[in-house]
This record gives sequence, structure tokens and C-alpha cells, in this order.
Amino acid sequence: MDPAVHDRGGWPIDAPIDRSEHELADWELLADALVGALLRRRLMNVDELRRGIESMPPEDYEHASYYERWLHSMETILTEKGVLEPGEVDRRLAT
Amino acid sequence: MTGHDHEHEHAHTPIASGDEPAAAARVRALEELLVEKGAIRVEDVRQRIDWLVSRSPADGARLVARAWIDPEFKERLLADARSAALELGLDPGPSPVVVALENTATVHHLVVCTLCSCYPKALLGPPPDWYKSLPYRSRAVSDPRGVLAEFGVALADDVELRVVDSTADIRYLVIPRRPAGTEALDEEELSALVTRDSMIGVAHASRVETMSPPAYPPFSS
Repeated sequence: MDPAVHDRGGWPIDAPIDRSEHELADWELLADALVGALLRRRLMNVDELRRGIESMPPEDYEHASYYERWLHSMETILTEKGVLEPGEVDRRLAT
Repeated sequence: MTGHDHEHEHAHTPIASGDEPAAAARVRALEELLVEKGAIRVEDVRQRIDWLVSRSPADGARLVARAWIDPEFKERLLADARSAALELGLDPGPSPVVVALENTATVHHLVVCTLCSCYPKALLGPPPDWYKSLPYRSRAVSDPRGVLAEFGVALADDVELRVVDSTADIRYLVIPRRPAGTEALDEEELSALVTRDSMIGVAHASRVETMSPPAYPPFSS
């Protein structure tokens, strides 16, 4: 069985490691902090965060940046739990 | 395959505005919604941002420097890094277990999180991008000596290399070897030699800069 997309240990890849440093952008800090605030209110836990990341379609996972994965996970888990209605973030963005 | 030719579930949202990816506006919209619903509190969000930006490898470096000069502290650090951090007044973070691993002349440790990005953020600050990258997560397991070479660390063949895989419940911090010629340095000076990368295991602690010119071998013809 092939490992799931997130299970990267030992994957055949010879790409060099991009060692450039990058300070977290405001929105990345905010994404991290939103997870922190959700953890504090027990609306989500770390295992759910991971499940939400790991359930991304493999191609989206491959191309998403780190905090894009966190964002996807928050939306997935919170929609599952009924905290968000389906499509609610999209509707907010459209206004 | 470009990777962008698939149906994307958020295709109708703006691609980006200015230098920011679409995710930036999306995260802000999510915050707005969650606050309006009373699901989260703005104070919790601000506090967490303040905490994140206040974290740096300096705390981890203090642990290492103390371990270098105090063998009994080192034993306590190796036995239970959480308690050792608290002993120095440092915040070990929420992780239930933090494990310190000592590099020696015969054993070198390299930390990775193959599944995601687990990392002792409280003691080292946010992890570098490369730590979260797919090549590092893959190759730290399949080719750890090659990874070390890429970071400029040539490990002798007879040095045992142990790769440890972090989880959400156990996070690791490497105690690099104390560089030679540092006997006269005090704890604060020593801690300046302890880099973030040396506590992940992709680097040695920094060498002391010497003021004298390098010694060249005698010219021989």
C-alpha cells in the first residue's frame, strides 16, 4: 500500500532542500493564532487539525503552502462540526 | 502536469491581492466569522500572536549553555526537558513531553517530523520553512547523511547518526557538542554559539571567532 500523501518519511525524492529563511506573514501568524484560539475553546484539537490536513486531496496538499493546509483543515473541521455553514467563508469573501 | 489544472474548490475566490495569496483574505474572513459567532475571542487570538512572535531559539540556547557548564543540570535536562526548562524559568510549551538528545563524538541526532511539522516552538521559535518542506521530511529519513552534507555538516563514517521523528506528543531538542576552545566563555557567551539549526541537528554549534590570523602550515617545496 502506498503511504498517504502526508506520510513523507523516506519518499523517493531527490529535490534539494530550499533553505531560504522567511518570516511569517501576518496572515500566517493569524492562521496559527486562530488554531490556538480554537484549541483553547476546545472547538478543535491537534489531532483534528492533522486529520483535516491529511484529508486534503493529494494534489492540493502537494501545492498548498503550510498555512494554506492549516486553513483548509480549520474550514473542514469547523464545517463538519456545524460551527461554519458550508460555503460560509466563500459567501463572506464575496460581500 | 502543472498542478493547477485541476478543479479547485475555491476557484471563485480572488487569486490574490497585492503580494498576498488568496489564503490571506480567507484567513481574515474566517477570523471575522468565528468572532461574530462567539466561537473564539479576539483576545485569545491576539495573545497567541504575541506569544508566537516572542518565541525564539534563545530559550533553547540557554538550556544548552547551562547543560554545557553544569553536568548535573545536563542530567536533569536529559531526564526531563520540560522540568529543566521550568527550572530556568522558560516556557516549555504545551507539548506533554520534550526530549533533549545529546550529540557526542560518536552519536549525532537529527530531528524531523515526517508527518507534518512538530517542533518545540516554545523553546526554538517557529520552525524554519525547510523543516516543514516535503524534501526535508522525505530525505531526512532516506538520505540523512546527504541532508547533513547539504547543510554543510560532514559526519565521519564512524559517527552513529540517529534520526528522530517528532510527534505532537513528543518533541525533540538536540544538545549540540560544545565547541573546542570555549573553556573561558561564560554561560551567556556560550549560549550565543548555540544556533537554532544546531538544536535541530543540521548544524554544529558555532565556532568561536578568533581575532588572530589563521595559522597556515609551513610552506614546503
